Amino acid sequence: MALLLAAVLVLLLGAGVGSTGFDSVLHARNDPVAWQILWDIRLPRTLGAWVAGGLLGLAGAVAQGLFRNPLADPYLLGSASGAALGVALALALFGTTPFATQWLVRLGLTGAAFAGAVIGVVLTLALAKGVQHTLRLLLAGVIVGVVLGAGRDLVTIASPDTLQAMQGFMLGSTGFVGWAACGVMAAMWLAALLVAASLGRVLDGLALGEATAISLGLPLVAVRAVLVAVLALATGAAVAQTGLIAFVGLASPHLVRSIVKTTHARLIVLSALMGGLLLMAADVLARWIIAPQELPVGVLTAVLGGSYLLWLMHRRRRPGAAL
Amino acid sequence: MSDALQALGIGVALGGTPVLHGIDVALPAARWTSVVGPNGAGKSTLLKALAGLLPHSGQVQLLDRPLAQWRGRDRARCLAWLGQGEQGADDLSVWDVAMLGRLPHQPWLAPPSDADRAAVEQALRATQAWDWRERPLGALSGGERQRVLLARLLAVQAEVMLMDEPLANLDPPHQADWLLLVRELVAQGKTVVSVLHEIGMALHADQMVVMAQGRVHHQGACDAAATHQALEQVFDHRIAIHPLGDQWVALPR
Repeated sequence: MALLLAAVLVLLLGAGVGSTGFDSVLHARNDPVAWQILWDIRLPRTLGAWVAGGLLGLAGAVAQGLFRNPLADPYLLGSASGAALGVALALALFGTTPFATQWLVRLGLTGAAFAGAVIGVVLTLALAKGVQHTLRLLLAGVIVGVVLGAGRDLVTIASPDTLQAMQGFMLGSTGFVGWAACGVMAAMWLAALLVAASLGRVLDGLALGEATAISLGLPLVAVRAVLVAVLALATGAAVAQTGLIAFVGLASPHLVRSIVKTTHARLIVLSALMGGLLLMAADVLARWIIAPQELPVGVLTAVLGGSYLLWLMHRRRRPGAAL
Repeated sequence: MSDALQALGIGVALGGTPVLHGIDVALPAARWTSVVGPNGAGKSTLLKALAGLLPHSGQVQLLDRPLAQWRGRDRARCLAWLGQGEQGADDLSVWDVAMLGRLPHQPWLAPPSDADRAAVEQALRATQAWDWRERPLGALSGGERQRVLLARLLAVQAEVMLMDEPLANLDPPHQADWLLLVRELVAQGKTVVSVLHEIGMALHADQMVVMAQGRVHHQGACDAAATHQALEQVFDHRIAIHPLGDQWVALPR
C-alpha cells in the first residue's frame, strides 16, 4: 500500500517535471499545448517508467528465486545482449536509409529489441539443453551474453552512423514511451505477475534445494520452463520499450527484503511495485537534476542502484547488523 | 512383517564414479532403521536413491510398488525426506517453512486448509519450534534451524520418513527429544530410516544397516552381537560397543 501511495505521489511529480515545469499542469485545462505535453508526453512516459520498472523488478525476484542466487538479475539469460544485438541490426539496416520514417524506425527498434531478447533466451536454453540444470543455464546465459555482445559491437563498428542511437539504447531511456507501449507493457506486467506469483510456493520449496523440492512432489522442470518464459517476456517487453536499464531488476528484490522477510509470492508482487517506484523516481530525477536537459535514466539507476548495493554490503559486514 | 522400502540391486554413479554397488536392502514397516558407516560409505546416496532423488540402476519399491510408478505428489505424501544440512530459505518464516511440508497435500493455488494448519502446528510443537513460528529461518541458530526442518518433514505426515543426519547441530537434550519423537512415530505405525553419525544414538534403533565402500556390509537387529561386530569392523576396530544398563554405547578404543 505504501509502495502504491509513493508511486502515485511520484507520478504526480513526474507529470510536473519537464522543460516547461509545473506550468503545463496548472494550465492544462485551458491550454491545448500544455494538455498535449501532459497527456501525450509526460503521463505516458512516467507511467511507462513505472510499468517497465515493475517488469524488471518482478523479473529480478523471479530470477533470484529460480537461480537461488541473490545476485541473479533479469538480464542473466541473454535477453539484454539479444535485445541490444537486435537493436544494433535494426539500426544498421533501417535506421540510416532515406525511407525510414521516425515511426518505422521506432516500431522496428521495439520489435527488434523484443525479438532479440526472446532469441537470446532461446539460444541460452538451447545451449543449456533445457532448464533442468541451474548452473548450466547460468553458464549458458553468460556465454550467450558475451557472444551476442561481441556481435553487437561488430555491427556497431561496421555502421558508425548508428553509434549515437545505440548508445542511447544501451543507457536506457523512457523518453519514447507512449500510451501504446504503456498498454503493451501493462498487459505483460499483469500476466507475468499473475503467473509468477501463483508459482511462488514452488520457489519457496526450491529455496531449500532441488532435492527437497522434488521430494515435495513439485514439478520442477515444468515450473522452471514457465518461469524462464515469464522472465524472458517480462525483460523483453521492458527492454524493447526503454532500452537497457541497469540495477532495477537486481536492486528491487533486495530493497524489499531489507524491509520485510516474506514468501516468494509476496516478494514477487512487492518487487514489481518497488521496481516501478524505483524507475519512476529515477526517471523524474533524471529529468529534474539538470533540467531542461535530462540524464539517461539508465545511468542514474546504475549510480543509485550500485551505491545502494554497496551500502547494503557494508551494512551486512557490520557486526550485529540485521541481515 | 512387510517391508516399507526395498532396494533391489541399486547402483549409483556420481560424476562417473560408482558410489553404490548393487545394494539389496529391505526396510521393515513400522520400524526404525538406522544407517551407519564411515565417511564416504554411500549412506546419504542410498537415502537419496531410496527417496527417488537420484538416477540409479536397479529398482526401489515403496510399499510393494516400484517407486517409478508413483505419481510425484502421491509419492511425496507417502515418503518424506530430510536432507543433510538443507540451506537457503532464510527469508521464509518458521511457519512458512513448516507449511512447505503440506505442499503435497494442497491443491494448486488453494490456501492452506484447517488440516494443513493443524498439521503444521503439531509438527512445530513436536520439535519445540512453535514459539518462534514468526521468526525468519535465517535468524535461527544451526540447532534451531534443524528443528524447523524436522518440523517440515513431520508436517508431511508421511508413512515413511527418511532423515539424513537429523541430529546435526542438536544439543544432547534435543537429541534425546528426537529419540522420543522417533519412538512415538514408530509406535504410530510410521517407518523411520535415519542416517546417523552418532553411533550411540543409532544403536537405539530397531534395525541397523551397516555400510562400507558403497555396499551393505551387514543388516540386523541393533542389539545383536553380529551387528556390533560389523560396526567395529567397518570402523577399523577403532570403536568398541559396550553394554550400559539396558543400552549399548560406542566408545573409542
